[in-house]
Amino acid sequence: MSFLKIRDLSVILRGTNHRLLRGVSLDVGATEVMGLVGESGAGKSMIGKAVLGILPRSARIVGGSIELDGVDLLTLPPRQRRHLIGQKAALIPQDPLTALNPARRIGPQISDRLVDILGWDKARARARAEEILHDVHIPQPDRVLRAYPHELSGGMRQRVLIASAFAAEPRLIVADEPTTALDVTVQKQILKLIFEMQARHGTALLFVTHDLGVVSKICQRLTVLYGGLVMEEAEVGAFFEAPRHAYSRALLAATPRHTDPTADLTPVPEAVIAEARRAVAEADQRWHA
Amino acid sequence: MLDGRSLVKRTAGLRLWLSAGWLTALVIGAVFAPWIAPQDPLMQDLFTSRLPPFWMDGAEPGYWLGTDSLGRDVLSRILYGGRVALIVALIAGTATALIGATLGLIAGYYRGWADMVISRLVDIWMAFPPVLFAILLIAVMGTGLTSVVVAIIVIDWTRFARVVRAEAMAQGAMDYVASAQIAGRGRMSTLLTEILPNVLSTITVLLTLEMGIAVIVEAILSFVNLSVSTDDPTWGGMIAEGRLSIHQAWWVLVFPLIALFLTVLSFSQLGEGLKDRFDPVLN
Repeated sequence: MSFLKIRDLSVILRGTNHRLLRGVSLDVGATEVMGLVGESGAGKSMIGKAVLGILPRSARIVGGSIELDGVDLLTLPPRQRRHLIGQKAALIPQDPLTALNPARRIGPQISDRLVDILGWDKARARARAEEILHDVHIPQPDRVLRAYPHELSGGMRQRVLIASAFAAEPRLIVADEPTTALDVTVQKQILKLIFEMQARHGTALLFVTHDLGVVSKICQRLTVLYGGLVMEEAEVGAFFEAPRHAYSRALLAATPRHTDPTADLTPVPEAVIAEARRAVAEADQRWHA
Repeated sequence: MLDGRSLVKRTAGLRLWLSAGWLTALVIGAVFAPWIAPQDPLMQDLFTSRLPPFWMDGAEPGYWLGTDSLGRDVLSRILYGGRVALIVALIAGTATALIGATLGLIAGYYRGWADMVISRLVDIWMAFPPVLFAILLIAVMGTGLTSVVVAIIVIDWTRFARVVRAEAMAQGAMDYVASAQIAGRGRMSTLLTEILPNVLSTITVLLTLEMGIAVIVEAILSFVNLSVSTDDPTWGGMIAEGRLSIHQAWWVLVFPLIALFLTVLSFSQLGEGLKDRFDPVLN
C-alpha cells in the first residue's frame, strides 16, 4: 500500500509546450525510503516540489495525479491542498542557508508550523520544538531556539531543518539533496541523522540525490530519471547487482567507488545518451498526438 | 582589536549618535520654539535690521545669529522654520513609506497582474520631472501644508515601491518562503511574517532618506513661495529672502542653509546607523 502515489505526472514550462516531467509514475510505501536519482536537470527536485505544492511559477502541472494517503492533491481546492500537505508531508531542503528566515529566531520558525498545522497553542509548540531539537542531538536546545540562523553553523542549521521537518510528525518527508550544500565531514553525520529520525518515526522518505553510493546504503528502492522520464524503477539490491536499463548501467559505471579510488571513471557513453534522448522524444510524440 | 565588525560598529555608533543628537536638538527647538526662541520670529524692527551674529562687531545681545533686512531674528525664525520642516518630514515621509512599501510588497510577492499594474504605474510616474510635478500639483491644490505633504507622497511613493518590490521578489524566491507554504501558511500571512521582517531594514533606511528629501522638497517649495503662507517662517523662504541681501548680510542666507544641510544629512546618516545597529548579522 503506497502512501505517495504519482501517476503519469506531466509538468510544462509555463507558456511553452516543453515538458519538464514527462509522465512520471512513482510509488512510495508508508515507511519506505525511495531514492530518486538522475543527472542535473533530470527533474528529480521537480517531482518533490510538485508533491509539496511549491513548484516555481514558471512550471505548471498539465496532467496526471498525485495521491497523498489516498487523496488526489491536484483535484483539491488550494486551501485544502495546502492544509493536507502541511499535515502529511514536509521538506528537508537542499540549502540550509536560505531555508531559514534570517530575520527571525529559530524557535518561532519551528513552532509556528506546529501552530499552523496542528493548531497547538504557543507554549505546547515551543515545548515540542525544544524536544525535537534535543532529538536531533543539538546541545542546549533552549539556547538554539533563541538564536538567529546566522549564529549557527551550516551543519547545525541542517539539524534544525531536519528537526523542523519531523516536528509535526509528517508521514512523508521529501529530502531534496539535503547534504549537497554541506561540508564533506558534516555530510555523513547529517545523513545518519536523517535515517535515524526516519527509522524512529517510521516516515516515508523520498530521497532526492545524485549520489548512488548513498542510495545503495540507505534506500529500499530507487527510481532513475533522465529528461523528466523514468528510466528504471527497481529494488536497490537488484539494481546494484544488475541494473536493467542501459542508462542505469552507464550511470552506475560513472559513479566513483571508495573501494578502488584509482580506477578511472567511465563517462556515460554517447550511444546510451542518444538512446535515452530517443525515449524522451518518443514520449513527447505520444503526448502531443 | 581592529576586526572589521567592531570597526563597522564603532563608526555606525558615531554616525548614529551625531545624527540623532542633531535631530533631537532640532525637535526640541521646534516643539518648544515659543519658549526657547529669544525673539518673536515675525516682529519687524527697522532699527535692528541686518544685525550681524554674536561674534562680530555691531552685534546686539539677544540676537544670536543676527537679523534680516526687516529686523527679524534669524535664530528664532530658524527654530520656527524647523517646525514646518519636521512636520513635513514626519507626515510626508511616513505616509510615503506606508503607501510605497505596501504597493512594492504586493507587486514583488504576488507578482502577476498586480505587479504589471504597479510596475507600469511606477514607470510612467518616474517619467515626470519631480519638482515640476510638485509645482503643478500645488498649483492645482493651492498652497498650504496639506498640499505640500500630498505633493511629496504623490511624487515619491515610487521610490519605495521600486526598491521594496525588488527586495520582496528576492525574498520570495528563498526556501524559507516555500517552507512556510508547505506548512499550510496562506499567502498574506507569509508576506507579513516571512517577507516583511526581511524588508523592514530597507524600508527604515528609505524612510529616513525620504524624510530628508521631504525637508528639501519643502524648502524648494517655500523658496518659490508655494509652501505654507508667507507669514510663517520657513527655511526655504529665509534662503530666498537672504539671497537678496547676501552682500550686506550673508548670515540671513547661510544659517538656514546650514540647518537644512545638517538636517538632511542627519536623516540619511540616521538611516544607515539604524540599519547597521539592528542588522542581526552585524550584531
